[in-house]
Amino acid sequence: MFHRLSIALTTSLALLPLSATADATTQLQAVYLTQGVERFDAADGAALWQQQFTHAKSGQQRSCTLCHTAQLGNPGKHARTGKPIEPMAPSVNPQRLTDKAKIEKWLKRNCKWTLGRECTPQEKGDLLSFIRNQ
Amino acid sequence: MKRQTKILLLVMSGLLLGLTGVVLAERDDHEHEYEHEEHEHGYLQRWFAPTRPVISPVVSQLYQEECGSCHFAYQPGLLPAVSWQQIMQNLDDHFGENAELGEAEQAAIQDYLLSLSAGRVDQGLPRRIKASLDGMTPPLRITKTRFFLHEHDEIPQLMVQDNDQVRSFSNCDACHSRAAQGSFREHEILIPGYGRWDD
Repeated sequence: MFHRLSIALTTSLALLPLSATADATTQLQAVYLTQGVERFDAADGAALWQQQFTHAKSGQQRSCTLCHTAQLGNPGKHARTGKPIEPMAPSVNPQRLTDKAKIEKWLKRNCKWTLGRECTPQEKGDLLSFIRNQ
Repeated sequence: MKRQTKILLLVMSGLLLGLTGVVLAERDDHEHEYEHEEHEHGYLQRWFAPTRPVISPVVSQLYQEECGSCHFAYQPGLLPAVSWQQIMQNLDDHFGENAELGEAEQAAIQDYLLSLSAGRVDQGLPRRIKASLDGMTPPLRITKTRFFLHEHDEIPQLMVQDNDQVRSFSNCDACHSRAAQGSFREHEILIPGYGRWDD
């Protein structure tokens, strides 16, 4: 009986990272894993961060760095309004990547604005892996 | 009379005098000294009706967070309902930006804006703004309302568009030091790099 109990306990503990108490990034990546993604790559996320996309209508070159800069530890600035943006790096700004809804909202908006489309689950997962290490 | 009573009377008179002074000074502060009873006047009378240039401050926390994160949280009374509606229905192209929201947030903010919009609020600054739009298609930009254009028509380009610290008329709180409190009074204006606006 104790053997079964210890297995049950160990399994539950092993699955703990995927429970609701897991951090926002882990929760989101768990969802992406159910959407056809096999693994995440922070290096791919870093590349995506730097990549330039041409806005069809205006010809403007857009990338994450346009507002957030290439150094995630630095504050950014809204490209149009000039409004200061707090650093994206969680090591500098612990508020980052803590709110699932906030992450999803901004990924939707900013991918659509920058890439001209929603980011795929792969791209979103890679970005999150990249950002969380900054 | 007891000494204590004398002192009390002296203090009370002093307070009364002081208070009167404050009230008079406050009234002098206003561009106009009285408010019209708001009746059915023509649009010109409504546009130029004397009121204090204040507007209900933004009280919706959701609006402040969602819409004040990129730019000044413009008070609902600054635009008519039809303008707000068009803005809220086209958030994927919000003056060139994507400002999409979840359905629930979008609906809540739209309700909030419409209920306090110029026209729905029929007094003070919102009323004047609405009246100034008489006969024209309501613009989407606050800075394109006739009221706004009229109030800002003497300000040179170098103080706004060519001013690094202001950049645009959309940037209300760059110059209007109490804009967040809903106050746009002339003596509160401090143009960065230039100082007070003196008419």
